[in-house]
Amino acid sequence: MPYTKRRRLVTSAVAAALGATTLAACGSSGDGGDAQSGPVSLTYWTWTPGMDKVVDLWNKGPGKEQQITVTVKKQASGDTLVTKILTAHKAGQGPDLVQAEYQALPTLVSNDALADISGEVGDVKGKFAEGVWQQTTLGTDAVYAVPQDIGPMMFYYREDLFKKYDLKVPATWDEFAETARELKKAAPEKDLTTFSANDSGLFAGLAQQAGARWWTTEGDKWKVGIDDAATKKVADFWGGLVEEGAVDNQPMYTPAWNKALNTGKQIAWVSAVWAPGTLTTAAPDTKGKWAMAPLPQWSDSENRTGSWGGSSTGVTTDSEHKDAAAEFAQWLNTDGDALSALAREGGIYPASTSAQLSGAFSNPPEFFADQPDFYTNAAAIARTTAPSAWGPNVNVAYTAFKDAFGAAAKNKSDFTAALGTMQEETVADLKKQGFEVAR
Amino acid sequence: MSSLAVRKTRPAAGTTPGTVQGPPRRRRIAPVPTLTLLLGAVYCLLPVTWVVIAATKSGSELFSTFTFLPGTGFADNVSDLSAYRDGVYWQWMANSALYAGLGALLSTVVSALSGYALATYRFRGRETLFNVLLAGVLMPPVILAVPQYLLLAEANLTDSYLAVLLPQILSPYGVYLARIYAAAAVPADVVEAGRMDGASEWRIFTRVALPMMVPGLVTVFLFQFVAVWNNFLLPYIMLSDDEKFPITLGLYTLLEQGANTPALYTLVITGAFLAVLPLVALFLVVQRFWSLDLLSGAVKS
Repeated sequence: MPYTKRRRLVTSAVAAALGATTLAACGSSGDGGDAQSGPVSLTYWTWTPGMDKVVDLWNKGPGKEQQITVTVKKQASGDTLVTKILTAHKAGQGPDLVQAEYQALPTLVSNDALADISGEVGDVKGKFAEGVWQQTTLGTDAVYAVPQDIGPMMFYYREDLFKKYDLKVPATWDEFAETARELKKAAPEKDLTTFSANDSGLFAGLAQQAGARWWTTEGDKWKVGIDDAATKKVADFWGGLVEEGAVDNQPMYTPAWNKALNTGKQIAWVSAVWAPGTLTTAAPDTKGKWAMAPLPQWSDSENRTGSWGGSSTGVTTDSEHKDAAAEFAQWLNTDGDALSALAREGGIYPASTSAQLSGAFSNPPEFFADQPDFYTNAAAIARTTAPSAWGPNVNVAYTAFKDAFGAAAKNKSDFTAALGTMQEETVADLKKQGFEVAR
Repeated sequence: MSSLAVRKTRPAAGTTPGTVQGPPRRRRIAPVPTLTLLLGAVYCLLPVTWVVIAATKSGSELFSTFTFLPGTGFADNVSDLSAYRDGVYWQWMANSALYAGLGALLSTVVSALSGYALATYRFRGRETLFNVLLAGVLMPPVILAVPQYLLLAEANLTDSYLAVLLPQILSPYGVYLARIYAAAAVPADVVEAGRMDGASEWRIFTRVALPMMVPGLVTVFLFQFVAVWNNFLLPYIMLSDDEKFPITLGLYTLLEQGANTPALYTLVITGAFLAVLPLVALFLVVQRFWSLDLLSGAVKS
């Protein structure tokens, strides 16, 4: 494996969570996964519900032909899984395959936990939207994972209540603010939506739509742009709405929030393609009353969205059968039968563009039965996903977001200052981890 | 047990005043401590009440009906939980019982042996050894989880039942408690008398000292059982196969299903409620003679 610039960039990383001091693996991770001889068995860490059933399809079909058996070990999702993967990697006992959220990929790659599988899966690039594929390459020639599911952001609203209060579905963020104010006039006790300081992924997606690029590289150095103009615009916009009381400032995913959605106290939600599932449990009484529209835009001429959620399948450097593992990762995320099963069993929204319009998505979600073109629209929106730029310490930035914006939202104070704090803490952590940071 | 009789003439604060054995002066209920304790009780019991009531609610009732209004879905919740991935929940429950039961038992045996040895024998380095153990008491087990994982990885024992059992067998706190208890409950004269009668050291330990230490060892067992039952990080790092997960980890996987899948709240709440029951039962069974005898042991010195 060539000692590329990227590799040097990331070699200086220290696995902060583990206090790792050396990354000797750089030299030894070279060329596992030579030609297979005899049956191969692989382990796969994933949190997708029903993945064992999807993997059964492989084990009974293509896997049987190629003598590659995959065993699912179900995990809990989130940042803790990244720590667990890195711990296992440090002991050389990582699984062969891991599921990883896009924003976790730089962390895993900088700790040398993920193998470059460009040789094995490079030719499936065309099956994915460019903005999605780019997240698995980290802007290099390498490929560190195969995209599995995506979470393009959309605007959800209560169709009945919008009609009742004579509101128009906002096409731009300016109209969105107007709609929020009109609703306040018509029904002071109701809110259009809330700004949740608990959900860093939502804010990151909104910033991504506005064109923010939080982590980029400049030569050998990382550049952090959390306080760039685009993100400032987003922060100011929401900070202003919260300050004037046009939207609520309570966090999402709490019992109170569920209640607000269920009783119609909040009548819209900026969310992603998976929202129907969440609404089914959060607001069961509102079935059939919602509708989905594209996210409001920053100007009339634009047509972009951000993403909230989504994950990929990576092959670890610990795997002794990288070819076989990459083969499986490719099948799982590009094969029609596999993706239909994933949608049916795991409720995922596939990253593969052809699967987004396959049979599994011909009918709208049950909760949105009155919107027959739900998935056709969703696929069109997914194509407009803006590129994203993740770095090796997304978790730190996310924590800083929750702290700083949580306080700012609660006190209805300046969001720009909170953004500054987020930027500073992220840069400080990068430096502490041993990365060079460009100013 | 003379000490017990002595104890009984002076009831501890909080027992009913004015009983036959009570002191002559009628004690009034002190308002401030009582209020503090009541507040403490409410603080502790309110979340438990919430769990108990929420476990009876069906998915559509959970967040929409009044918080403390019991729902109608308890039986459904339990059967849904049992049906989830072919009953893996009960596998987790059995795993927890194994980890906590066997782990606590082995840990109690080790604590009894080493605590007795530390209390009875004088040998070079005894205090040093004990001080190291004390340092171990102060060390949060969380810190040790990753090093223990790396060690067991060297021995190829990760992702096995042993990986969770082994690190929990030596409990510094258990050894500490056993030593203190043995020092107080097993008089040196009794040990000496056993030696005079020609009993071997092993026989003195098993036949004379061990019965005297039982109440203290029950405490060690209980503490260790609860600690293992509630342990999260160690099994989280050690295990990757969810058939071997204890209940804490299992419930966590139900909660963290990924951004596009809503958490299975009703299952998690019902699962958490059911997971507390064995602990409550254990405490109810052992509690009475456990607390009483800890007192009698302490008085003896």
